[in-house]
Amino acid sequence: MVTLRVKATQTLGNRDGRAASAPGLIRAPATGDTSRARIPRAPGMNRKKLQKLTETLTKNCKHFNKFEVSCLIKLFYNLVGEAAKRPGVAIGLDRNAFRNILHVTFGMTDDMIMDRVFRGFDKDNDGNINVTEWVNGLSLFLRGSLEEKMKCKSSAYPTDCFEVFDLNGDGFISKEEMFHLLKNSLLKQPSEEDPDEGIKDLVEITLKKMDYDHDGKLSSADYEKAVGEETLLLEAFGPCLPDPKSQMEFEAQVFKDPNDFHDNMNS
Amino acid sequence: MGLALTRLGQWTAAGYRTGTLELTPLNEVLLQEITIFVEHFIYDHPQEAKFVFVEPLEWKTNLEPSAFESGYIVSETTVSSKEVDKNGQPLLFLSVPQIKVRSFGQLSQLVFAAKDAKLKEAQACIEANRDPVVKILGSDYSTMKEDSGALNILHKITNGDDVENETKTNIALLLKQLDLHLLNDTLRRISPQTRLNPVPVKDDTELLKSFWGKGEQSVLESTEFTSDRGFSFSDGCGEMRYVWAKPGDAEAPCVTCGAQGVLFPGGRTDDEGKIDYETKGEVYKDLVTFLKEKLGKFSENMSKQEIRFSEEQQKNQTDEVPKKEEADVICKAVSGTDKSKLEKNQINFGKSQMARRLEPSLNWRTTVDRKKRKKRSGRSGEQRAPEGRCRVRDSHGDGKEMQDRTFPHEQSAWLCLRDKEASSSVRRKISVKESQEEKRRGKLGKTRASVSSGRAQLSCKSVDKAEETISESSSESEEDEEPPDHRQEANADLPSEYWQIQKLVKYLKGGNQTATVIALCSMRDFNLAQETCQLAIRDVGGLEVLINLLDTDEVKCKIGSLKILKEISRNPQIRRNIVDLGSLPIMVNILSSPYKTLKCLAAETIANVAQFKRARRLVRQHGGITRLVALLDCAQNSVEPAQLSLYETRDVEVARCGALALWSCSKSYSNKEAIRKAGGIPLLARLLKTSHEDMLIPVVGTLQECASEENYRVAIKAERIIENLVKNLNSENEQLQEHCAMAIYQCAEDEETRDLVRLHGGLKPLASLLSNTDNKQRLAAVTGAIWKCSISKENVTKFREYKAIETLVGLLTDQPEEVLVNVVGALGECCQDYENQVIVRKCGGIQPLVNLLVGINQALLVNVTKAVGACAVEPESMVIIDRLDGVRLLWSLLKNPHPDVKASAAWALCPCIQNAKDAGEMVRSFVGGLELVVNLLKSDNKEVLSSVCAAITNIAKDQENLAVITDHGVVPLLSKLANTNNDKLRCHLAEAISRCCMWGRNRVAFGEHKAVAPLVQYLKSNDTNVHRATAQALYQLSEDPDNCITMHENGAVKLLLDMVGSPDQELQEAAAGCISNIRRLALAAEKARYN
Repeated sequence: MVTLRVKATQTLGNRDGRAASAPGLIRAPATGDTSRARIPRAPGMNRKKLQKLTETLTKNCKHFNKFEVSCLIKLFYNLVGEAAKRPGVAIGLDRNAFRNILHVTFGMTDDMIMDRVFRGFDKDNDGNINVTEWVNGLSLFLRGSLEEKMKCKSSAYPTDCFEVFDLNGDGFISKEEMFHLLKNSLLKQPSEEDPDEGIKDLVEITLKKMDYDHDGKLSSADYEKAVGEETLLLEAFGPCLPDPKSQMEFEAQVFKDPNDFHDNMNS
Repeated sequence: MGLALTRLGQWTAAGYRTGTLELTPLNEVLLQEITIFVEHFIYDHPQEAKFVFVEPLEWKTNLEPSAFESGYIVSETTVSSKEVDKNGQPLLFLSVPQIKVRSFGQLSQLVFAAKDAKLKEAQACIEANRDPVVKILGSDYSTMKEDSGALNILHKITNGDDVENETKTNIALLLKQLDLHLLNDTLRRISPQTRLNPVPVKDDTELLKSFWGKGEQSVLESTEFTSDRGFSFSDGCGEMRYVWAKPGDAEAPCVTCGAQGVLFPGGRTDDEGKIDYETKGEVYKDLVTFLKEKLGKFSENMSKQEIRFSEEQQKNQTDEVPKKEEADVICKAVSGTDKSKLEKNQINFGKSQMARRLEPSLNWRTTVDRKKRKKRSGRSGEQRAPEGRCRVRDSHGDGKEMQDRTFPHEQSAWLCLRDKEASSSVRRKISVKESQEEKRRGKLGKTRASVSSGRAQLSCKSVDKAEETISESSSESEEDEEPPDHRQEANADLPSEYWQIQKLVKYLKGGNQTATVIALCSMRDFNLAQETCQLAIRDVGGLEVLINLLDTDEVKCKIGSLKILKEISRNPQIRRNIVDLGSLPIMVNILSSPYKTLKCLAAETIANVAQFKRARRLVRQHGGITRLVALLDCAQNSVEPAQLSLYETRDVEVARCGALALWSCSKSYSNKEAIRKAGGIPLLARLLKTSHEDMLIPVVGTLQECASEENYRVAIKAERIIENLVKNLNSENEQLQEHCAMAIYQCAEDEETRDLVRLHGGLKPLASLLSNTDNKQRLAAVTGAIWKCSISKENVTKFREYKAIETLVGLLTDQPEEVLVNVVGALGECCQDYENQVIVRKCGGIQPLVNLLVGINQALLVNVTKAVGACAVEPESMVIIDRLDGVRLLWSLLKNPHPDVKASAAWALCPCIQNAKDAGEMVRSFVGGLELVVNLLKSDNKEVLSSVCAAITNIAKDQENLAVITDHGVVPLLSKLANTNNDKLRCHLAEAISRCCMWGRNRVAFGEHKAVAPLVQYLKSNDTNVHRATAQALYQLSEDPDNCITMHENGAVKLLLDMVGSPDQELQEAAAGCISNIRRLALAAEKARYN
């Protein structure tokens, strides 16, 4: 845990540092002032196209309004900026870029979980998150209701927690998967006979708590039921959703100043 | 000296002022010391010896004048010293038997002269002069004694030339030294009697050791001692050690050997690792007494004890704490000790059974322990081997040793422990436990195994014993670093929950967010309402961790932690622990968190915790009240999101939790004020309009608590809250009804409110709620509301319509006191109406009312007397009261110590005397009754005086009684009261005076006692009742010419002339009569002059 904390503080430091110095990631929309006309028309796209894209995405997206969608699109193109300039290359965020965002913006630290979240976003499994995946993914990631975040099958964009935890995608979270997910969660005591004993025990506790059908693994139904009874268990095996604080910060930064935005649209 | 005398002198029980010193060895020593001091004073401090006392010490001496020799002028009955002060007064003056001494020099000589009788003289002197220091040095010195050092210096600097002051200061210092000396000396003498010290305790424990044994034969199966400070005796609280004794026939007790004696049950520790030094339970003089008292079986067994001699040495497990004194554990069964000694000692072991129960406290234990335990209990299942062993060892209650050692801070990094003591103790505990856990496992395993096998052999014959279990022994090693409160209740068979909770707490401590959340959720699966689980969480150090979690940024962990705290804080002990751990400021902070779920949970937890005063104060001091009030301000019309996320919850819920917490907090006066100032009342009023019962109950509850304050009642009226209270009386929920009724009860002191209750139709539901008598609390609240409401006449009429009077009479029997008080109060108010008096009589209400006159509850008595008085107005009821001897009972209540009861009883007597047949005879039949009444005129309570005057007015209607009370000196007493501004008293006093004038030369006597002039002043009052009574009294008094003169001198004529014009006929008549008397006197005087 010591290591974890160190990492966490570093992360914090990074975030602050970046926010202050480099306008890089999140500050992108703020630079709109200087390039007001160009920014909405993201690289490789004219205004018409952009508007169309915004409208389509807004239609499909439950949780964002048009303004928010357009902000997210702007942000997306800012993030992928350089790559987009080269034609022929699929526009999108690759795994590393996305992980960086998760880490820096949402304070996630667990590599494995971040990978899983990436996969959740990357619906077409092409290793890149395109603009549609980005908006839809964030819709769930930021605004999804409890049910949506939890559900696995019914949702159109199943970027849900269960999927994140179901490492091998077989529809169950097995003991092994749990062990894998939880293995760093306990303070290791050098003197302990079996360093994994505690983790195993924790897995047992979790199973006892969540495995309603007593089959030794968590089905999605088990998971839903357990989360229904105790919402804290939504992220039972590691934080895979933004914590409320960074979420608020993110939204505040991305969706700011609608007037500014309208100016842009009208100009 | 003064101090020593007051504190230490063993005065007789007769009370401080009049008491004499008892003849005890202690006092003798005190006196000796004082005499020696005085005797040597003249040599040691010649300068000071000449100092003249501010006041002489005066007492009755047995000395003969002849005892004084040179330096004195001796006559037959007087002696005066030749030594005189500045004014020529002798410094010693004896006029048999009084003696006055004014300097230490003379005192010294007196002690010389007294020779053998000097102790007696000293005693007499001290008895007669309880505060000698004041007399010697003047009153300012008695208080300045403490600072006399500084004073001395000050004097030297400022007025070094002032010899007298310097001397005075020196004397003060000397006296103080003496005082200290006396205190120390006596302390030394007392302590062997009343205080235990480590030596005898040690001896006792050694003895105990020799008595452990096995099975039924044994006296004691095991004892265990901890001493938190070695055997030093330096600790302020003087707790020396904790003893666990496990006797053969009972559960093991935990005993504290403290300075005051053997304390049972032993103090336990609180969560911060300090010993709870509060002396609870009984204190015994020493271990022997303690055991003698407590353990019957022990003594029996002792006498039967077979003699065995075996010795087993056991290595104490304390070695993991290097600094600790290692104590060898010697287990011996000693035979061959002589019987008498044995018997004497058996006493020691007795008390265990009860102590054990105190609190099951759980030590954290390793899994190894558990396994072993299983093994062991398996073994004991077959053989039931009792364990006799005895351990003497140290444990550091204060954790100092722990601090000295450094432990790796291994616990989870994200637990941002606050840098406070509490958290550091947590940290310490955590690390201690964790780092030692491993060490222990191996070691323990070995020792245990060998020990238990040895034991098993020893004990194979022993008989089964239910209570003999093990658990105590399994925990020893851990206890070493645990503060003593964590000691296991030896025989409490630990439920499996203990172990599971302990494990979970371990994960809480050593896990990251994910593991913490899992552990928290899993912990909630235990039945947290169960005390064992609550205490288990505390005892394994869970509270510290839970509270620490609140201080982190992890919202999920905070939520989980609060959910648990909310549940376990229902336990009063846990509440205190939670507060002690400093959680309130944190929770108050959470109240302003952006997450509604968190706010709710924090408010609910505060609601549970703030059930005691200190907690409520802390909430206020940290600004909690304002924040809680802010929670009430939920947006009424805001559209609630259809789906609530993890961190959100409905506004209504937030408001409900806020109200719940305010309810708890509103039990303190200052908090009520704080709520009002924070603008809570309009918000509460708004919430009152909702219709959720679970919201209404805390809201009404808060209002009801607060309505005890005048400010609130005004605000409640202004906010139109009564209407809603009445509406909620009709609710289905009993609790809500109760609180509404209670709130009405509080508010209905105010007349307007009473009318409001009626106008909103609140009387009918109140009356109908009377018929349900199962819920006593509600019944008390409802009857209270009826009582207060019935102060208004219109309400009484309504109640009669609703047949409430009959129901109330039915409630006069078989109800708890709090109901009775209100029922009787209501009847008292209702019976102001004639019709209701009849109803009460017809329903048979008189008898139960009179029966209640013998109670002791003050509030009840006040109401009962009032009700009886009200009934006595009706002649037929009076007959019943008289028959039931109610008047005598009322009369006896005049002796009640509470002025309210006295007054109320005296008021009630008035109608009784008026209406009783043969009242004069009846009154005379109460032996000493008249004297009692007259003496009540010496009271200084205006209400009592008024009521007694009224009673005297009625008593005096009978000539014979008037003669008796005149003999008892009623005239001077009444006259003395004449100078008063209280109109009520004036009125009744004037009536009493006018009645008392009817006898003998009382008129003259009133004049002689100067009652007339003040009476004239009464005419200037604004109260016509006073005017009438006064005019009548003056009329009576004016029959005496001297009084007429006084009246005239005091300007009565003009005032009376105004009265003649009054519409009140009686007043007119009396005033006119009085004027005519005055005029006639004037005429007669004129006539006399001319003749």
